[in-house]
Amino acid sequence: MIADLTRAERLWAMLILGALGLIGLAMAIGGRNDLLGIHGWIVLAAGLAGFIAVMRGRDAPEPSAERLNEYYDAPTRVGLILTLLWAVVGMGVGFWVAALLAWPDMTFDVPWLSFGRLRPVHTSGVIFGFGGNALIATSFHVLQRTTRARLPDQISPWFVLLGYNLFCVIAASGYLMGLTQSKEYAEPEWYADIWLVVVWVVYFAIYMRTLARRKEPHIYVANWYYMAFILVVAILHIVNNLAVPISLDSAKSYSLFSGVQDAMTQWWYGHNAVAFFLTAGFLGMMYYYLPKRAGRPIFSYRMSIISFWGITFMYMWAGSHHLHYTALPHWVQTLGMAFSVVLLVPSWASAGNALLTLNGAWHKVRDDAVLRFMALAAIFYGITTFEGSFMAIRAVNSLSHYTDWTIGHVHAGALGWVAMITFGSLYSIVPSMFKRERIYSQKLVEVHFWLALSGTVIYVFAMWNSGVTQGLMWRTYTESGGLTYSFIDSLVAMHPYYIARAFGGLLFLLGALTALYNVVMTIRMPAPASDDPALDIPAKPALQAGE
Amino acid sequence: MAGLIERDKVSGQTTTGHEWNGIKELNTPVPRLLWAFLITATIFSVTWTVLMPSWPGINGYFRGLLGVDQRVAVTQSVEEAAVERESWTSRIDSEDFAAIQADDALMAIVRETGAALFGDNCAACHGTNARGTPGFPNLVAAPTMWGDDPETVAETIRVGINGTSPETRYAQMLAFGRDHMLERADIDAVVSYVETLSRPELAAGMDADTLAYGAEVFAANCAGCHGEDARGMTDTGAPNLTDQYWTYGGDRASIRQSVYHGRAGTMPSWEGRLSPTHIKLLTLYVLDLRAHEQ
Repeated sequence: MIADLTRAERLWAMLILGALGLIGLAMAIGGRNDLLGIHGWIVLAAGLAGFIAVMRGRDAPEPSAERLNEYYDAPTRVGLILTLLWAVVGMGVGFWVAALLAWPDMTFDVPWLSFGRLRPVHTSGVIFGFGGNALIATSFHVLQRTTRARLPDQISPWFVLLGYNLFCVIAASGYLMGLTQSKEYAEPEWYADIWLVVVWVVYFAIYMRTLARRKEPHIYVANWYYMAFILVVAILHIVNNLAVPISLDSAKSYSLFSGVQDAMTQWWYGHNAVAFFLTAGFLGMMYYYLPKRAGRPIFSYRMSIISFWGITFMYMWAGSHHLHYTALPHWVQTLGMAFSVVLLVPSWASAGNALLTLNGAWHKVRDDAVLRFMALAAIFYGITTFEGSFMAIRAVNSLSHYTDWTIGHVHAGALGWVAMITFGSLYSIVPSMFKRERIYSQKLVEVHFWLALSGTVIYVFAMWNSGVTQGLMWRTYTESGGLTYSFIDSLVAMHPYYIARAFGGLLFLLGALTALYNVVMTIRMPAPASDDPALDIPAKPALQAGE
Repeated sequence: MAGLIERDKVSGQTTTGHEWNGIKELNTPVPRLLWAFLITATIFSVTWTVLMPSWPGINGYFRGLLGVDQRVAVTQSVEEAAVERESWTSRIDSEDFAAIQADDALMAIVRETGAALFGDNCAACHGTNARGTPGFPNLVAAPTMWGDDPETVAETIRVGINGTSPETRYAQMLAFGRDHMLERADIDAVVSYVETLSRPELAAGMDADTLAYGAEVFAANCAGCHGEDARGMTDTGAPNLTDQYWTYGGDRASIRQSVYHGRAGTMPSWEGRLSPTHIKLLTLYVLDLRAHEQ
């Protein structure tokens, strides 16, 4: 890792890590009477550990110029492992909080074991930890292959990957200590948010710099989506997290927005986080790994264009459907609903484009669990986007809002779409990334597939049932005009579904553990006698002439 | 690199000629079905925005042709529901408790409506079956501490116990041990004595002198609130100690805890949170549960 860096880059790395350590020290000293101080120590430890590691390797010989003839995949390799580790953490905590809902006494009166603190560890762990690392790792891989250009340098990809994971650690540890902005999916406090902006700008710069050096005349669709993901997430993150810290030595801040404006900003953010983090980014992943694995051309370039612009344009308006029947003015709700309905068309066009790409390769879907993961992801993407547009209709929302139906919907997307496309993509590149002939056990991939599918189906059906039951119980009136059920009656009715949901989640978690084991064993397999990298290299400088 | 435009054997379509690391794209026209779908969805959505309040302007927004407004709609439906319920709520408001309790039809409504009302407001402490949870009394079977005539129960709900209302009922069991009002030996004796009040059979296993002393301590320190016969007093809200119902537990350790550290349970003052109709309804509901128990 450090031997890959040029001597100049090693110096830069030490400078950056040293500065990071100093910032950590300042936070630790300034915030010594505040929880900020604990985060200061974590930042200091991260900076110091990195600094020492680079310093110890600084005298290694300059990397050979040959490296420029290869893609730079080391960050992707580390990113793939981090993806799996976060999957286990995020899904493990998810299983735990699911069990907490069924058996609420399991907090044992320990503050950090309470639902309110653990739940964001689950959501951030899977969305940012698992999803984010998967996006960063695969985007570096896809970006290089589809531009036939190597990443611009060897330090910024590490800065993005490791800096991003530092953000994830700060976020998760903060939740356990009780630090939160109380904005769903944007819980981390101001200093973590600022750090993420820095990381994200560098991420976008890597993308632009590599694209600018591309050896292909056209920019592939996958890159449109990855860029939309990076650019829009930056905008969302900055705007929704605008806040004033109560002082520089305190973790606490106050949002710039209040009241219904705050709610609208939050759900403009929240819905577009789903759109651009959990949809656009993973569509980028799908657009590369699915046709690659299937060995089929994309069904329709024209449909890709309609889908991309439809998705990027429509999603931006849809956030207000999270606030139907609230203090948000009626006209904003109408617009949110109207755009959400049309949004179904480009969403289904994307899912359809993926599935139609498989025409001529369905026998592979039958035989290859890796491709089946991706095919199923496309199907779940179609199901979830239909459900989403349906739930955005105001009258439907009056039943579904505040119920477990929403949770079921999110998990149909998160488990069925996001996680399945990730696992499919991950399995398809792990062997080549680690220079192994094949995955350690195809059988375990098959086991994982069925664990993931059955877990998702159990989870989603449990939540559909419980959500609709809840919604109906809350709106059932007696003949005399009073409510038939109290809220606690509906909770009692939920109990069996909550147990089923925890079980479904457990199956999904077991699948993730299977994946981790399979990947670790793949890495531990002996390398093949001679690898033939000739097929997987960037365009040679010699090829540039005449382009 | 601009590659060759090829014809795909499976679909019969040509490729675009672009290729990225082996990935090609077909130039398949957008299916008609998709256009139809897009146009239908767009027509629906545009129509919807014409009918409903939608597009913003500088000074306000387009109200929509149907003139729908969620504020008006919700106010209207709340009013309509109130009018619908008035046939019986007006009787709850105007008639006295005895008259309502004598009317089976009205009491059927009280039971039905009261169950949800109790579940949403009272069950968190008193339990879904109203039989109490540790720290909160059984409302169905145990004697009431402040009196069980309807007016008194309604008043207890209205003002609460140790609540925020200025008229709240006030009751506190003193911390006889922690505040050094009784010696350890006094406490042990009085705890033994109190134990025998509800379980006389325990007396056989206890020292008679201790019990006699315990009775003295009780008379001097406890009888003021709990009564000389220890059967509780509704004036003070102190519970009956001779029955089988215990708010904080009737085992020796719990009784000792109560005597040593004292108790000051809270019931919220429900006035302002619940309407007078609801308070009356809950009173009737709880008394009805009690009546059925006996």
